[in-house]
Amino acid sequence: MEYNEEEYLMLSGIQHFAFCRRQWALIHIEQQWQENVRTVEGNILHESAHKDDFNEKRGKVIISRGMPVYSRILGINGVCDVVEFHENKNGVSIHGREGTYLPIPVEYKHGKPKEDDMDALQLCAQAMCIEEMMLCHIDVGYLYYGETRHRQKIEFNEELRNKVVRLFQEMHELYHKQYTPKVKPSKACKACSLTDLCVPKLYKTLTVKEYIDGIIKEE
Amino acid sequence: MKKLLNTLYVTSPDTYLSLDGENVVILRDEERLMRMPLHNLESIVSFGYTGASPALMAACSERNIALTFMSQNGNFMARVVGEVHGNVILRKTQYRISENETDSLQIAKNIVIGKVYNSRSVLERATRDYPQRVDIEKLKKTSKILLNAIELIKECKSKEELRGLEGAAANRYFGVLDDLILQQKDSFQFSGRNKRPPMDNINSMLSFVYTLLAHNVASALETVGLDPYVGFMHTDRPGRISLALDLMEELRAVYADRFVLSMINKREINPKGFTQKEDGAIIMDDDTRKCVLKAWQSRKQEVITHPFLNEKVEWGMVPFVQAMLLARYIRGDLDEYPPFLWK
Ligand code: SF4
Repeated sequence: MEYNEEEYLMLSGIQHFAFCRRQWALIHIEQQWQENVRTVEGNILHESAHKDDFNEKRGKVIISRGMPVYSRILGINGVCDVVEFHENKNGVSIHGREGTYLPIPVEYKHGKPKEDDMDALQLCAQAMCIEEMMLCHIDVGYLYYGETRHRQKIEFNEELRNKVVRLFQEMHELYHKQYTPKVKPSKACKACSLTDLCVPKLYKTLTVKEYIDGIIKEE
Repeated sequence: MKKLLNTLYVTSPDTYLSLDGENVVILRDEERLMRMPLHNLESIVSFGYTGASPALMAACSERNIALTFMSQNGNFMARVVGEVHGNVILRKTQYRISENETDSLQIAKNIVIGKVYNSRSVLERATRDYPQRVDIEKLKKTSKILLNAIELIKECKSKEELRGLEGAAANRYFGVLDDLILQQKDSFQFSGRNKRPPMDNINSMLSFVYTLLAHNVASALETVGLDPYVGFMHTDRPGRISLALDLMEELRAVYADRFVLSMINKREINPKGFTQKEDGAIIMDDDTRKCVLKAWQSRKQEVITHPFLNEKVEWGMVPFVQAMLLARYIRGDLDEYPPFLWK
């Protein structure tokens, strides 16, 4: 099955979704977003990665910044921070360039490597878009972390790819229903910028009926 | 919890508000009187006619800073409503509820329960705080009647019936409010609510403070994505912030009335600061208004425990918390709308 452009979801939403389904729904379905320090800093970092939109060539590598990508199969679109095209016999041809190249996505992240796979999922989704658009195969990509200044190599194996497919399917289902799922409050809530709007605590507290009756009966 | 930010009250009538970079600048005859960074502000309330620049209006709406214009006497004139943030679904559900008698009755009932419970709390508090000074028996009797009213409200079947019960409870409560005035009795007497125009000092204070509260509630509703103009209890009328007026019902007694009473009882307000017009209408003078605003600002900073969230919040955050809880109910996260029940 393929999606129409109108149905596309934001690629970057996969990191929110992997972090917390509810957070994703608050941002992408309810469109509630509160800027906090972390996201603002994130934007600054991204701006510098996108600074010059034209391609530059360093040796045998073409560097493309801010490349828009999409996938009809996943029903998503987004922007890649950086895609490197490495000259390679087994690669694909690029419009207006001689030779053949292997695309390698590189995503810039503020902070340090995370324990979960949210960043890897986002990168993998980018790779899957590029594969679909350029009819190629991409084995690896890199996550660059601002805090540690290190590149982390990510292999796009079957497991990661399957998870990307599965998560976007779930996101499309929720989006279609326009439903914000409830989740159990977790440790993640502490680092979440949407706590004020989400109020995870509400799911631990009593029902409103019990609350009203409780207070009035005390009298 | 969201942070309580400042409200900038501009009380001089001949000043103009403009934008300079990330700051609001107050000008008089081209001269800069004050400058304040926008990021510290939650709202701006201007009492006067000179106005504000479109650039400042745009900057405020972008940053979710409520900008309200009042006349010098504290009558609401206009507010700047910016681009609505992407909450179409929430608003559509809000409109659907407002057009459905059963669904809006459910919310309205809880709001009125909150209102009656809280006005009762004001009386109960007085019997505990000033047992030697108030007529405990009289207050307790009214308190009991209000408690019974809550049971009737729970059972009521239509909005008309609800309005009747609310009106009766309000009359009972206002009927004993004068008993809670323990100082400056000569200058501050309360014999019932009148507003167009206020005919005594207390009513003129109440009207002023209700307007401030309505402004707070309306901007809280906008922050969470609800439309302050479409209510569940107050009927919609062009230009009327019906939902803000609905939600404000819970807070009138505990927030506004109590504030006015304590200013009088603590002698923070001077009876000399009120002028009577030829027709009997009472007008607060400038300094009195400034004094009320100052006290209002510091009341907002006082910390309480929110009864439903069980979390410490400033009084000034209560409108926001209630707006947020209402939004969460409308979105289906809660079984009912939890009113603010103050003990
Ligand atoms: S506060 Fe917790 S439950 Fe709510 S969106 Fe954030 S992480 Fe998810």
